[in-house]
Amino acid sequence: MDPVIFLTQILIPALWQGLIITLELVLLTAPFGLLLGVGIALGRQYGGRVLSSLCAGYIVFFKGCPLLLLLFMLYFGLPTIGIILPAFTASVIGFILCNAAYNSEYIRGAIKSIKDGQMTAAQALGMTKVQAIETIILPQALRRAIPGLSNEFIYLIKYSSLAYMITVVELSGAGKLVATKYFLYNETFLAVGIVYLALVTLTTFGVDRLEKRLAIPGMVQKSGR
Amino acid sequence: MTSEYILRIVDLHKNFGDREVLHGISFNVKKGETIVFIGPSGTGKSTLLRCINQLTEPDKGHVFIDDDEVTGCGYRISEYRQRIGMVFQNFNLFDHLTAVQNVEIAPIRVRKMKPAEARKKAMEELRRVGMQDWADHYPSELSGGQAQRVSIARSLAMDPEVILFDEPTSALDPELTREVLEVMKDLARSGMTMLVVTHEMGFARSVATEVVFMEGGQIVEQGPPAEIMKNPKHPRTREFIGKIAEH
Amino acid sequence: MDILTILAQWGPYLLGGIVVTVGLVASALVIGFVLGLPIALGQVYGSRILRTIAAVYVWFFRGLPILVLLFLFYFGIFPVLGLDFPAFVVGAVVLGLRGAAYQSQIFRGSIQSIAEGQMTAALSLGMTPWMAVKTVILPQALRISLPGWSNEYPEILTDSAVCYAIGVMELLTRTSQIVSQTYVTMPIYIACAGIFILLNYAGMQVIYKVEEKFAIPGFGVKAG
Repeated sequence: MDPVIFLTQILIPALWQGLIITLELVLLTAPFGLLLGVGIALGRQYGGRVLSSLCAGYIVFFKGCPLLLLLFMLYFGLPTIGIILPAFTASVIGFILCNAAYNSEYIRGAIKSIKDGQMTAAQALGMTKVQAIETIILPQALRRAIPGLSNEFIYLIKYSSLAYMITVVELSGAGKLVATKYFLYNETFLAVGIVYLALVTLTTFGVDRLEKRLAIPGMVQKSGR
Repeated sequence: MTSEYILRIVDLHKNFGDREVLHGISFNVKKGETIVFIGPSGTGKSTLLRCINQLTEPDKGHVFIDDDEVTGCGYRISEYRQRIGMVFQNFNLFDHLTAVQNVEIAPIRVRKMKPAEARKKAMEELRRVGMQDWADHYPSELSGGQAQRVSIARSLAMDPEVILFDEPTSALDPELTREVLEVMKDLARSGMTMLVVTHEMGFARSVATEVVFMEGGQIVEQGPPAEIMKNPKHPRTREFIGKIAEH
Repeated sequence: MDILTILAQWGPYLLGGIVVTVGLVASALVIGFVLGLPIALGQVYGSRILRTIAAVYVWFFRGLPILVLLFLFYFGIFPVLGLDFPAFVVGAVVLGLRGAAYQSQIFRGSIQSIAEGQMTAALSLGMTPWMAVKTVILPQALRISLPGWSNEYPEILTDSAVCYAIGVMELLTRTSQIVSQTYVTMPIYIACAGIFILLNYAGMQVIYKVEEKFAIPGFGVKAG
């Protein structure tokens, strides 16, 4: 087949459709993954013994369990106990649960890196612990966690590809279908790869600029991986 | 005010592990007094201050602010802390906020003041400590003395009945120390009730209503500054004052 | 059919899956090390061309999802090169190539963090650059890198499960088989998750022990 025709009439439209699904998966997951991650980090750091242990357990489970297995559980496993989720929904839920576990570790590291004196001063001024966390700790912790959180966001972009294994035709899936149909494996997958590389590179640039915009003079930004 | 004393400390005890840091401390403070605590390092003076606003919980004893009991009040401690200000050796300014934001945040969040009103009050307090021109600077951009003054303004913005100073100038160079002590002296003269832990004898001599010498977790001697510093009665006090004078 | 009967019947099959998974992980770590170190050295000490090649390699293998890499190599590259290897080999190679990309960055950071003065001192003692690297730089760099491996291992372990997509008979694939054969679903999945979590824990313990054994007094770089 004429390469140009293949490219413009088959590959690009197919990958475009897939890319849209990928973006939907990622953009739906990211905010909830962040919110849940903050919640788990706070629970782990400030919760009582029960809450803290529950959060620790959550982290151990969702970091140790492969994402693909989690997706299988949600899509193939849940129906056997009566909960039937569409593939897309199951994917998003799985991504959120996993993303939150990793996010919470970065956020907790950032929280721990803030000097004790900040919490002390806030409480001395009459703030409750909740108020202090809300106005003093979190704003600083979230800034410090940006490198780690953006790292996880990039992982999210890449691992969204696993949704194909539970029938969601996102970018990788679209590529596989085209490759299999036309026996053009190298070309197709390299094209898919280029799209991912573009996504990842763009995100890295975007995050760099975000970090600079949010930076506060003199404030330590690092919180290591 | 219903009581003669704005602050009453009754028989405070505190252990850390098997170390007894506070050994039964009791004293009373009248409104407008400036009490300066002196003594060797590590003898419980800072712990005493932290027990007053319950940042450290005493094992035994009571603290009353204006006859309201502060000890053992559980979650309501936040309310009492609004009436007791604290200035720390390391300033503890909020790094992500500018100077004026540091000062106004507690009034806005805790007292639920309107932002415009809180901003006005914050600028007033900054003016009071001479930092109004640095309102929009971040803590990292301020010198130690400037940061500490902002920290004082931050406490003042809550209109406390008492302010506790925990070695406020110990982390500062001598030149920066002076600007902070000046602010504190003004505060004392204007009638603020202050409890100050410090090594600055000059400050004690000029504005203290009473000097308390503490050692080993106990009050060894207390009295007007002239008496304690010139004519200490207790041998330990005499020894300590003698050492300080050598500087 | 109750869970215990199933486990008894399919236990050995599942255990076989564990062996394959461990094999994948071990291969990935070894290939990653053997390739990653030269790449790091190339990036720190190499010419401009070497550095560019290394940078592109790292960018490529870190930027692509593991799933796409597996498809690319299994359906595209290996066949084109005429290599007819079982899926396990492809999986191990891909995980290894990707691991090398990540590990090279860990090594690079460690090598660069060792004071330049060490290299200068070594050279002034008459060592050739290669000798200096071997006897002075690397022993320290490798120790500093250990904490980085404590991040690598869990990642490779969970990525090994993606080899399901090219039919490697590792733990997840076998779990899937058991589910489709016995129609018992959630308990088997949970058991599989439990095994992965245990493998994770066990591996981390090994890494901690290794770290402890090789620690240099005063060189305080701890993992976790």
